[in-house]
Amino acid sequence: MNAAEPIPEQPSSWTVRTRRAIDRHLPMDHLLPVRQPYFVGSWVYVFGVITIAALVWVVASGVVLAFMGPQWWHDSSVGRFFNSLHFWSVQLFFIFMVLHLWGQYFMAGWRHGRAATWAIGVVIFGISILTAFTGYLSQQNFDSQFIAVNAKDAMNGAGVGAFFNVLNFGQMYGLHIMLLPIGVTFLVVVHIVMVRARGVVKPIDLEGGTRS
Amino acid sequence: MKSMGATQEEYYRGVRMVPYDLVKELMLALAGVGILALAVSAILSSPDVAPITIATWAQSDPVDFVTTATNELAGSTTSAGYGNPYNTNGSGQAWGPIAPQTWFGTRIPIDSATTFVIEPLQRGTSSNTELATALDTWQKADSDQQGKWNDAYTKALPTATVKDGKVTVPDGDYGPLPVMMSNLLGIAQTGGLDGLLMVNGRFYQTDYTPALLFMGDGGYLAGQAQQWNLLGDQWGMMNETGRYPGQTWLWLYTMWYQVPPFTSDSGFLGLNASNADLGIIILMTLLTAALALVPLIPILRDIPRWVPIHRLIWRGYYAPKARQ
Repeated sequence: MNAAEPIPEQPSSWTVRTRRAIDRHLPMDHLLPVRQPYFVGSWVYVFGVITIAALVWVVASGVVLAFMGPQWWHDSSVGRFFNSLHFWSVQLFFIFMVLHLWGQYFMAGWRHGRAATWAIGVVIFGISILTAFTGYLSQQNFDSQFIAVNAKDAMNGAGVGAFFNVLNFGQMYGLHIMLLPIGVTFLVVVHIVMVRARGVVKPIDLEGGTRS
Repeated sequence: MKSMGATQEEYYRGVRMVPYDLVKELMLALAGVGILALAVSAILSSPDVAPITIATWAQSDPVDFVTTATNELAGSTTSAGYGNPYNTNGSGQAWGPIAPQTWFGTRIPIDSATTFVIEPLQRGTSSNTELATALDTWQKADSDQQGKWNDAYTKALPTATVKDGKVTVPDGDYGPLPVMMSNLLGIAQTGGLDGLLMVNGRFYQTDYTPALLFMGDGGYLAGQAQQWNLLGDQWGMMNETGRYPGQTWLWLYTMWYQVPPFTSDSGFLGLNASNADLGIIILMTLLTAALALVPLIPILRDIPRWVPIHRLIWRGYYAPKARQ
């Protein structure tokens, strides 16, 4: 074979198969669309994207706080500002996420094969609550102390406390800045890909029902 | 029921499409949310009430500190009788045969008397013969004798007086307890006990379990929390110090602690105040699973069709002219 000749794609190649599957299920036209159905006009559609925007600010401010260490923001006015940015971004994230959830509920956004997208959204909500909870435990202030003392009974009563010790700052901090944010971010990416792959759901028709 | 169809193109066939700029929308959202977050942060800052140390506790309320330490010796505090994962002195929470608190055993062993009182005092006896003698007397006494000293000292503490930070009780037969407690209080007031309760045989420490359990057994921490509306019966888990929002997303979880059967001693179907944590965790797990499975649950999945909010969201679609 001449070196200049192109090598034909091998249909059995795993790489080729993966590439074709991506092309088939998530072409660039769907991932970054330049058109959308005319019925997408309500402000309710904005709740999803502003939730993502708030998450970006949560992660960005959290990266700065993690880099500078858990003591920094107690002693530095700059640190306190980044903590405030983290704090309020989290508040906005939850407000927008709950609005997004209720919006999707009343649109029955799970219809036409989107039940898994809805379920993953609920899982993201749950892991976000756990992430925020470990954040409150990692503040190293009075609030953290009392939340830890108060919350241990629920964790222990459920059997979780043997492994998830809310009185152990090191464990809570590690979970908060590493494992849980990775989990939230990964699932948000999966959620977005599923939304983009299928597109937004059609309006509820009188005869259409709300089943998945 | 309409199916998705093989592709988006098939799904949207016949639907009028309009121009859309996703990246611009995302950038505008990032900028808008960022400006809002930056502005609120600059104007309102964020809460940061300093933590309570054991030294603060011992200085501010020495009688509560000594009472708590005495109760740790007597085994009558919450920690002392907690059960797993700290010890086996209590049965823990259960709902009938469901007792997850016992499933994994004593994974974080805490012996309240030893961890909070005896060991810290032993570390402080090197140059204190009076304390060493008192500790020796305590440890050589049988449990009946220890109990009598404890009872007498516990009964005397409510009438104790405080002068120059020292706790004095009326004369009585308390054995070595006044010396032990006086020394423990002194160590605590200088900040020594904050460090001693973190001793783990290694240099670095990040686990505050003993210190927080000890503080939780006293009344001082809860008293401070009450001022900030953080107690469980004050919807505490979703509150924050100062005039800041806390974990408001926990409102449903916190609400169950305010209503029967979780506030009742008699309860309902075996769920009551004594196993409220377990009952509420089970309930919230079921409710979360139900939320995830809404698409499969009749009635719940039908409500959006019955409630015409979707007609507001898609009012353009439902307008007669637009559909034609």
